[in-house]
Amino acid sequence: MSEKKFSKKHEWVSIEGDIATVGITKHATELLGDIVFVEVPESGKTVEKNGQAAVVESTKAASDVYSPISGETIEGNKLIVDDPGNVNSDPEGASWFFKIKMKDKSEFDGLMTEADYVKFIAENPS
Amino acid sequence: MEVQKTALYNFHKNLGAKFVPFAGYQMPIQYSAGIVKEHISTRTFAGFFDVSHMGQFFLEGDNTLINALEKIIPADLKSLKLNHSKYSFLLNDNGGIIDDLIITKIRKGFCIILNAACKDNDVKEISKYLSKDHKYFINSNLSLIALQGPKSVEILEKLTPGVSNLKFMTGDTFSLEGEDFYITRSGYTGEDGFEISISNNKVEKLINFLIENKVQPIGLGARDTLRLEAGLCLYGHDLNEKTNPIEANLKWAIAKRRREEGGFNGWKKIKELIAKGSEKKRVGILPEGRIIARENTKVFSEQGEEIGLITSGTFGPSINASVAMGYINSKFTETGTKIQLEIRGKKHGGKVSELPFFKKSYVKQ
Repeated sequence: MSEKKFSKKHEWVSIEGDIATVGITKHATELLGDIVFVEVPESGKTVEKNGQAAVVESTKAASDVYSPISGETIEGNKLIVDDPGNVNSDPEGASWFFKIKMKDKSEFDGLMTEADYVKFIAENPS
Repeated sequence: MEVQKTALYNFHKNLGAKFVPFAGYQMPIQYSAGIVKEHISTRTFAGFFDVSHMGQFFLEGDNTLINALEKIIPADLKSLKLNHSKYSFLLNDNGGIIDDLIITKIRKGFCIILNAACKDNDVKEISKYLSKDHKYFINSNLSLIALQGPKSVEILEKLTPGVSNLKFMTGDTFSLEGEDFYITRSGYTGEDGFEISISNNKVEKLINFLIENKVQPIGLGARDTLRLEAGLCLYGHDLNEKTNPIEANLKWAIAKRRREEGGFNGWKKIKELIAKGSEKKRVGILPEGRIIARENTKVFSEQGEEIGLITSGTFGPSINASVAMGYINSKFTETGTKIQLEIRGKKHGGKVSELPFFKKSYVKQ
């Protein structure tokens, strides 16, 4: 897999060929608290860049998860739907949200590097 | 409005609290353990909650005080024994709930615990019925700590011997280092536990003792999941000035004598509703799967007719399921009735459930 890149809305993306895997960052899970419900897209759904693609709910509130990449979804992660607590324990590994067939690879290049993201969250604490 | 802090603000900060503004106060929503762990530790061991933002309202006076209070509170205050508490409300002329409260008969008169967001208005409403012979004040020199969970009694008994003799909804005066403070066996979690009214000067002592005994600090987040599993109402969400005790399914909190004799605000309306039934009723709702039906989620019948609205909804960590309550058309309130919930534009299944979702373990007779 490629290096991870990050969005300002606290999603991470990694790519393999023309497939992007999208999840939410550890920082996002810390802001959300205990995650108790997840809704991920079915396969074959068209998503726009920065369009709403999934839902995550903590004991506190519901939040939308946006796709930093446009394309067509090919898989949602069952593992986190069945046990949403997995998102808290391994947000940037096994608990990805969905995979997407990318329309435009340059969208990935335009995202933040890890160093940029770390700087971004330091400057924008919530 | 200036944001207020409880006497324990810095203490919470040191315990890793995350704060939110609530009813004009900076209050801990959670500590480093997080809502689910805080919830579970309250149910399995014990937790403490700083609820000092709530109003501790004291009333003193002669016998006319009872008559005055019974005009706005439908509890049977005449037969309320010393050191006994009742859950009740302040009612408006239409039987709507101005606030819900716990009233305790104390030696000099009464103590009423009022919701933080309502307390100033409550004092205004109550004082309309009082005369110059009645003394009343909110005591902001007192903190209020809830200690909740199965180990509460064993732990508190070590500090204040005798608390284990208290029954649910009774209280007494105890002393700590020569200073009196008042404890009731009550709470807002469905667990056995206590609410401790103690001076702002001594409260840190109490909390340090609880922490030494491994009691966890619990924030407003878990307070909400605990009370919702226990089927208890949150004012401003499940109750407001437009809802009355009958549709809120809280008829039990209106004393029998008062239902028959009346003499309180909204009695006519309430009597009529008891006789004819209300159009809507508060019920528990269990959504299918893990989806959460939050406040203002629309409720539909299986046939697609809109029948009500959710007023509270969350995930219940102890029953490991999504839980909610709301008001629905009385025709659909039978336990087990299938309903639909509109969440993010899609309909999801659910059913009407009995309350509480989590069985209460109060220590009664």
